[in-house]
Amino acid sequence: MLVFEKSRPGRGTSVLPPCEVETVTLPKKDRREKKLHLPELSEGELGRHYSELAKKSHGVNDGFYPLGSCTMKYNPRIDEETANLPGFTEIHPLQPEETAQGCLKVLKFSETYLCEITGMDRMTFQPAAGAHGEFTGLLLIKTYHESRNDTKRTKIIVPDSAHGTNPASAAMAGYSVVSVPSGPDGCVNLEKLREAAGEDVAGLMLTNPNTVGLFDKNILEITKIIHECGGLCYYDGANLNAVMGTVRPGDMGFDVIHLNLHKTFATPHGGGGPGSGPVGCKQFLAEFLPSKLVEGEEVLTFRKPASSIGEMKSFYGNFQVVVKALTYILTLGREGIPEASRNAVLNANYMMFKLKDLYDMAYDQVCMHEFVMSLASLKKETGVSAMDIAKGLLDHGIHPPTMYFPLIVDEALMVEPTETESRETLDDAIEVFRSLYELARLNPESLHEAPVTTPVSRLDEVTAARHPVLRYRFEESL
Amino acid sequence: MELREELKYSKSHEWVKEEDGEVTVGLTDYAQSELGDLVFVNLPEEGDEVTVGEAFGDVESVKAVSDVYSPVSGVVSEINEALLDAPESINEAPYDAWFIKVKEITDTEELLTAEEYEAWAEEEKNS
Amino acid sequence: MGSYVPSTKEEQKQMLQDIGFQSMEELFASIPDEVLLKGSLDIPEGKSELEVRRVLEGIAAENKVYPSIFRGAGAYRHYIPAMVKSVISKENLQTAYTPYQAEISQGILQSIFEYQTMICELTGMDVSNASVYDGATAAAEGVAMCRERKRSKAYISSTAQPEVREVIKTYCFGNGMETEEIPEKDGVTDTEWLKSHLDKETACVYIQHPNYYGTLENPETVAEAVHEAGAKLVMGVNPISLGIMKTPAEYGADVAVGDGQPLGLPLSFGGPYLGFMACTDAMKRKLPGRIVGQTTDRNGKTGYVLTLQAREQHIRREKASSNICSNQALCALAVGVYLAAMGEAGLEQAAVSSMSGAHYLAKGLAETGCTVENQGEFFHEFVTSSEVPAEKILKALDEQDILGGLPLDDRRILWCCTEMNTKEEMDRVIRTVREVSEC
Repeated sequence: MLVFEKSRPGRGTSVLPPCEVETVTLPKKDRREKKLHLPELSEGELGRHYSELAKKSHGVNDGFYPLGSCTMKYNPRIDEETANLPGFTEIHPLQPEETAQGCLKVLKFSETYLCEITGMDRMTFQPAAGAHGEFTGLLLIKTYHESRNDTKRTKIIVPDSAHGTNPASAAMAGYSVVSVPSGPDGCVNLEKLREAAGEDVAGLMLTNPNTVGLFDKNILEITKIIHECGGLCYYDGANLNAVMGTVRPGDMGFDVIHLNLHKTFATPHGGGGPGSGPVGCKQFLAEFLPSKLVEGEEVLTFRKPASSIGEMKSFYGNFQVVVKALTYILTLGREGIPEASRNAVLNANYMMFKLKDLYDMAYDQVCMHEFVMSLASLKKETGVSAMDIAKGLLDHGIHPPTMYFPLIVDEALMVEPTETESRETLDDAIEVFRSLYELARLNPESLHEAPVTTPVSRLDEVTAARHPVLRYRFEESL
Repeated sequence: MELREELKYSKSHEWVKEEDGEVTVGLTDYAQSELGDLVFVNLPEEGDEVTVGEAFGDVESVKAVSDVYSPVSGVVSEINEALLDAPESINEAPYDAWFIKVKEITDTEELLTAEEYEAWAEEEKNS
Repeated sequence: MGSYVPSTKEEQKQMLQDIGFQSMEELFASIPDEVLLKGSLDIPEGKSELEVRRVLEGIAAENKVYPSIFRGAGAYRHYIPAMVKSVISKENLQTAYTPYQAEISQGILQSIFEYQTMICELTGMDVSNASVYDGATAAAEGVAMCRERKRSKAYISSTAQPEVREVIKTYCFGNGMETEEIPEKDGVTDTEWLKSHLDKETACVYIQHPNYYGTLENPETVAEAVHEAGAKLVMGVNPISLGIMKTPAEYGADVAVGDGQPLGLPLSFGGPYLGFMACTDAMKRKLPGRIVGQTTDRNGKTGYVLTLQAREQHIRREKASSNICSNQALCALAVGVYLAAMGEAGLEQAAVSSMSGAHYLAKGLAETGCTVENQGEFFHEFVTSSEVPAEKILKALDEQDILGGLPLDDRRILWCCTEMNTKEEMDRVIRTVREVSEC
């Protein structure tokens, strides 16, 4: 039941005191006349309402969450506590710098450590999410070319296995998108890349390991091809969790990157946000960065880069999220960061090797932090699709893998266990995957019906989209 | 798959009806069944120019979007606004659910007969 | 060293052997030698929870927490009911992913549906999305969604918050829309200038009401002119003001946007906040970002799903109208809880107390010799100018642990009051300014 349906006239809470000074009213022409329908509930009723909503949600502590490309690792509790220190939450973004030295220090430390982890020289924390970071990075590339009066570069190369945000970000930055196909090994087809590279290319967007979970071994050749045609190389940091402390984007030839602090650096996803998508770059791009950079040693100050692309959002980004990520980095430190990545890769391979006799792997080789299986043949034989297996997992308390992505794999399920799962959890999940495979053969119908243990069964998305109901209607407003 | 003898077809799965210099375009029954339940249509505006082989609009299903191509070059003389509120009519009656009418035709792609289109669609289905 | 990896070294070794490997290095064999990192990362050694807490508490202590704040300018210190913090700390809501798997995400989906309804109620608009990054990006997305093939110019009022204007310009630099600022006249948008510039290439006009200086604009006049030219009006609003202010819909806005931070989110040095976006029914297909819709399951039970997804980047890719992927779901939840806890009466109280406080303070400061610059009616922010340098006034307040208004230049200060500011605090500000002015 919606909170509005629980509302009863006259109920409510007592949050604010009455006004202490003479009351002022708006001029009549600007006064609100439309009734404002907000819930009227006692505090206790509200508490119950939100507890009920929480029960109908699935967080990382509610069970295994092998959602490919999303890095659903455990979100440490200490990170929440540090981010919520009043010394951070009560700071106004426009306070004088000398009264916000702690905040500037958070940004400075985070920049230093993340630049070291990625092999970059400078970093901005203004972008609020991965896609926002991509847009920022592409504007850096655009401004760089413009600053050299190199105005003929209108294209961004994106592999066909890329996240949807890559081409969408390129389009938002005013570029046309050239898609290069992946080879049978799941990696960039070098020949096609050479054909696409030319003096109209502004840059390339790539994630490595790529979205099929493989490290593109030709990476140095790839970035070289782009640099030789005068383009820049953009690293989508979505998959950084595989390689921290092992290899750095800066050493692979990338000029600009974004990170997803809500993936790799363990900040909670919040049911869809807030995230944080810092953008790092090599020194030659630093003066184009947005917002302000932190400078200084003893006394820290903000400085606007000389040829900045401008502001990407208000103020300095999702600051609280940065505090959480910094707490995480300080906790793991020099040894813990690579250890996390190594175990993410171990866990993924462990699962893949224990499933590949039953499930077809899209690329049957050692994977990085995630792997992709194709249920195309199972679907052909039994009618059970990737979606059906995913829904079957829900009845076992497991959040399904990413479905139908990447687009280059038919009936794809993309599995990313992360490093924070124990062997027992993996073994249990492997058992469930295997039992669902058997079930697909014995009783496919039951999987078409799944899930049956969840608060609702499969929902009618077609009607939802054809005839959208996007808000609750109050009786008066019907 | 349902076909209409009196119509012509494009290889990109549009049906075409020509009457007095005006061309009506819609999606074939085969196309709608491949696309699944359609939930929205993006149409051009009256007066827009369309070009042979280029997309003039698209159709959305819940999880996909597909271009709809123009088999002729010309000027859009009418659009079927009823589709905007009832995209399901494309699934239910594809040969009544026309998308656009085009006049001032300057170019037409080579179109298939019902029989030829059926063979083409079969071939595509099996590939 | 801190670690969240459960497997012991011994277990890791066993797992490796189980799948036929001798060492971790073998798993990374596909990475060419020449790119491998030589040596270890140059970052500090890992720490225990207690050590990390001490470090972060130490850093936080280097900030000055003002018990009394009279600064707004885009970020506002309002009271946050205890219920808000309690709800957004619930782990199942806080740590969940985007609710693509609707069957196990009904709690989050329902909370967004409730949020969308509340935003529609506040703004009077027909449709709200599930939120975007913040008010400035909401404004930029709002401008972008008004673009039509033959209309690609946006006029931005110079009385809007500077950060918002900057972000709109950055987005337009990307997508190729042209922007021009509408000059200010008597502290508000110059409508005569606007009328003489609107034409058939104008996509939209962006105004902020109340504007950056707190002054009420003339949205109806602007809306009329904009619509006459066939363009759209994007209106930035303060959500607290909507407890008592005419809705953007009634003023004639096509798109209403704003920052949801005043509704239950702490200042937090600028984020995370939330951008709300709502529009007319006619524009709903152009609205970027996630949207939740109501539907039924196979048994006819009511449920909620992400809908109209074919607009979005994960399906439309380079043809999507925006690249936005995330919404600020947890912040949207906070806003929903805030509005539910406050209710209509509570929100009205916050608006009235803020506005009345600002007028009390303005009157008091005027009596000390400052000039209140706002020529029209203002909401909870106003600008003073004074013979006394702004720096001197702010320093005197700082000595009493009061964060005064934002200095706009040497002599002008932009003040803000909310229900957090008691009469005693305001009297102290007035007294201090008087003392500074007298000496």
